[in-house]
Amino acid sequence: MLKGKDITTIRDLSKKEIFEIFEVAKEMVPIAKGKSIDLLRGKILATLFFEPSTRTRFSFETAMHRLGGDVISFADPKTTSISKGETLADTIRIVDSYSDVIVIRHSYEGAAKLASKFADHPVINAGDGAGQHPTQTLLDLFTIWSNLGKIENLNIGLLGDLKYGRTVHSLALALADFGANLYMISPKGLEMPEHITREINEKIKIKKSENLLSVIGDLDVLYVTRIQKERFPDINEYLKIAGSYRIDLSILEKAKKDLIILHPLPRIDEISPEVDYTPHAKYFEQAFNGVPVRMAILSMVMGVR
Amino acid sequence: MQEKELKIEKIRNGTVIDHIPSGMALKVLKILNIDENIKTTVSIGIHVMSKKSGFKDIVKIEDRYLASKEIAKIALIAPNATVNKIKDYEVVEKYNVVPPSEIAGIVKCSNPACVTNANEPVVPEFYVISTDPIRIKCKYCEREMEREDIIQHII
Ligand SMILES: Nc1ncnc2c1ncn2[C@@H]1O[C@H](COP(=O)(O)OP(=O)(O)OP(=O)(O)O)[C@@H](O)[C@H]1O
Ligand SMILES: [Mg+2]
Ligand SMILES: [Zn+2]
Repeated sequence: MLKGKDITTIRDLSKKEIFEIFEVAKEMVPIAKGKSIDLLRGKILATLFFEPSTRTRFSFETAMHRLGGDVISFADPKTTSISKGETLADTIRIVDSYSDVIVIRHSYEGAAKLASKFADHPVINAGDGAGQHPTQTLLDLFTIWSNLGKIENLNIGLLGDLKYGRTVHSLALALADFGANLYMISPKGLEMPEHITREINEKIKIKKSENLLSVIGDLDVLYVTRIQKERFPDINEYLKIAGSYRIDLSILEKAKKDLIILHPLPRIDEISPEVDYTPHAKYFEQAFNGVPVRMAILSMVMGVR
Repeated sequence: MQEKELKIEKIRNGTVIDHIPSGMALKVLKILNIDENIKTTVSIGIHVMSKKSGFKDIVKIEDRYLASKEIAKIALIAPNATVNKIKDYEVVEKYNVVPPSEIAGIVKCSNPACVTNANEPVVPEFYVISTDPIRIKCKYCEREMEREDIIQHII
């Protein structure tokens, strides 16, 4: 039962609860595609996005609307009382008294945790600085599970910048919990940090590689992340790396037939557009899955599912 | 006990915190909230030759006994310290320090982006995730801190 529960980190959820979310999300898919229902009629979601977002915010708001609920939010954080010096704690107390559930994105790490202390209603973290973004992790996991029917024992490659993206860290930890085999494919200098691999190694073995070609044939899932130019002092070095990590049709000749490719989006040029038309491409479905997964979470924390 | 080892006058009743890592005595006082408002005598030995291993610090507090919670806090920065309860000039009890499982309001989070370092009405809180070597984890931002970091961030 998730009723009344805060979701500030993926660790707030047991494996059993995550599977429950998957089952409910699966039922929500047709509703997310347009058959709106009345499950959350009369309920109000407050979305507090102190940091800009399009996909996460839209998908939470769409999820609430599809379930018949209402949404309150501010257009621009610069016009809120926080900018006048109000503490986040006070803002939360007040918004909590106006709504039934709060979704928050904030630049401070631990902001959602703090919000959950001051709110009586459930708080869902939609990203706190470089910190956690648990609903992204859930929709990533859901996309794998709904396509391949399981997560355990799958060979899952995490590709690109594994050092700076904290969402890929929580995803890796969650995948390890589910018993996936992890392949970490990253250029020198952008490897997964030691404290994460240490924790993962307590659960499963990791395969590390700098070279995508040498492992692509093993993979059931390839999770691509963006490699940012800013990480490289030398632009030529960046171009070389970016080129060798780019997914195109020729590299996919070596892939398993059922390989699925995910990407948290936005992509720049990590995945060539020609790949979009192959059955491997699941990143747009993954982005869509943000809606049913968030529908499941909203209805479950509000105790109607 | 060798009498000649005692550089400071013997205390009748109180607490001796012994085997503090050299240089850490003032941090121990800080952790125990011993400041200018102190009402009893406190003697501090810094960089004292130790029979067991090199140099150590030692703190002697007259007429005060420590609560087990206070003893636990000392373990964060002085894992090998011993706390001796003195009654009538004699050591009547001796404890090894053991860190608590959670701490609140003693250490500041070392992550500048942590919400507890913003102007919010909360005290920093940590889980103690390992005791030897000491490792704590912020309950808010999940940043982990090790001994050196902890010492530098005692409030
Ligand atoms: N009455 C006292 N006043 C002040 N300090 C004292 C008193 N009695 C003991 N101490 C100090 O307290 C500490 C512990 O005393 P104890 O007699 O147990 O010494 P020890 O056998 O060396 O103990 P340990 O093995 O913990 O080092 C020593 O540093 C000693 O100098
Ligand atoms: Mg001794
Ligand atoms: Zn913190």
